[in-house]
Amino acid sequence: MRRTMLFLPGNSPNMIANGSFLGADSIILDLEDAVSPDNKDAARNLVKSALKHLTFGTCEVIVRINSLDTPYWEIDLEEVVPYHPDVIMPTKVSDCLTIELLVEKLDTLEQKCGLEIGSVKLLPLIETALGLEHAYSIASSSKRIVGLLLGAEDLTADLRCERTKEGREIEYARGRLVNAARAAGVEPYDCPFTAIADPEGLAVDTMLAKSLGFSGKAVINPRHVSRVNEIFSPTTGEIEYAKNVFAAIEEAGKLGKGAISLNGKMIDAPIVQRAKLVLEAARALEGVNT
Amino acid sequence: MMIVKVGIAGTLESSDIMIRVYPGGNGLQIEVESLVYRQFGKHITKLIETTARELGVENAIIEARDFGALDCTICARLETALKRAGKEAAV
Repeated sequence: MRRTMLFLPGNSPNMIANGSFLGADSIILDLEDAVSPDNKDAARNLVKSALKHLTFGTCEVIVRINSLDTPYWEIDLEEVVPYHPDVIMPTKVSDCLTIELLVEKLDTLEQKCGLEIGSVKLLPLIETALGLEHAYSIASSSKRIVGLLLGAEDLTADLRCERTKEGREIEYARGRLVNAARAAGVEPYDCPFTAIADPEGLAVDTMLAKSLGFSGKAVINPRHVSRVNEIFSPTTGEIEYAKNVFAAIEEAGKLGKGAISLNGKMIDAPIVQRAKLVLEAARALEGVNT
Repeated sequence: MMIVKVGIAGTLESSDIMIRVYPGGNGLQIEVESLVYRQFGKHITKLIETTARELGVENAIIEARDFGALDCTICARLETALKRAGKEAAV
């Protein structure tokens, strides 16, 4: 479960050391935009050393690497993969060829380091118009892929439109990304809300993302974590309703009824599927602080 | 790895350490300044020495200004400073 994925600068020892205590389901150790070109080596060594020496508890560790059109991505992988981050986040992924190159490199490194082949997963960042057009084929291109993350800042630059707090300019991209990811059987994740000191705006943006079908959201500030976690967690009412759905199914089975209703509404397959997902999410969150 | 020029890595921020490496020909000369020197000074010095030797550095002057860095940060900053200082020799 990745309700929140918190970006942390890869060259900040303080943030990395405390990252797993900030409540996010995943942390993204960033070697890309958060690191200046003259500190790429320092960040890479720091992330490598953190993976080697620190434990992150139940927090998933994702490493965002530099894009494949830079001289850094291969050495990023060579340095961090031996210490087994859970997930690699490639940036500006625009086609399947990028994924093929990454998979080939990961296969080689995992084999060399004695790691299980395929154990390091991929979560591509879709942040170009071309990447969005190819989102389904990218999401389907490897079993390593666990989801797609929408990168709205670069995408809107590519689309030549202004990035606004309301986000109307990314409506199409959000819908397209959710559909592509779901069709491919992987999880869609929404872009960060960048207005750090606007909790109301964050809530509106996150509720919109949830209503569109996203599974979670990237965040760029620790202050956003708890609110986003809360919104992407099933509510008490949703859990209660899901339990009632299964209780009604059981009861109908005992009585030999074919048609099942709850609170005067028919229970059909999509309702059962949704109830199942709610209960799975609730079980996954047992013991996790939100 | 031979140290051929000055290499610097790290920052003066909390939880970080700034390391400067200079060429020197008489073994490892390590100087540590730390907020927690009385408690961890020997440990930091030993960690720097061990890490430098693991990276194949036998001769260098290493100055460290520590602001409460964890071991993993000390190792990472030292590796960066040494590789920056030894890059030309490694080619």
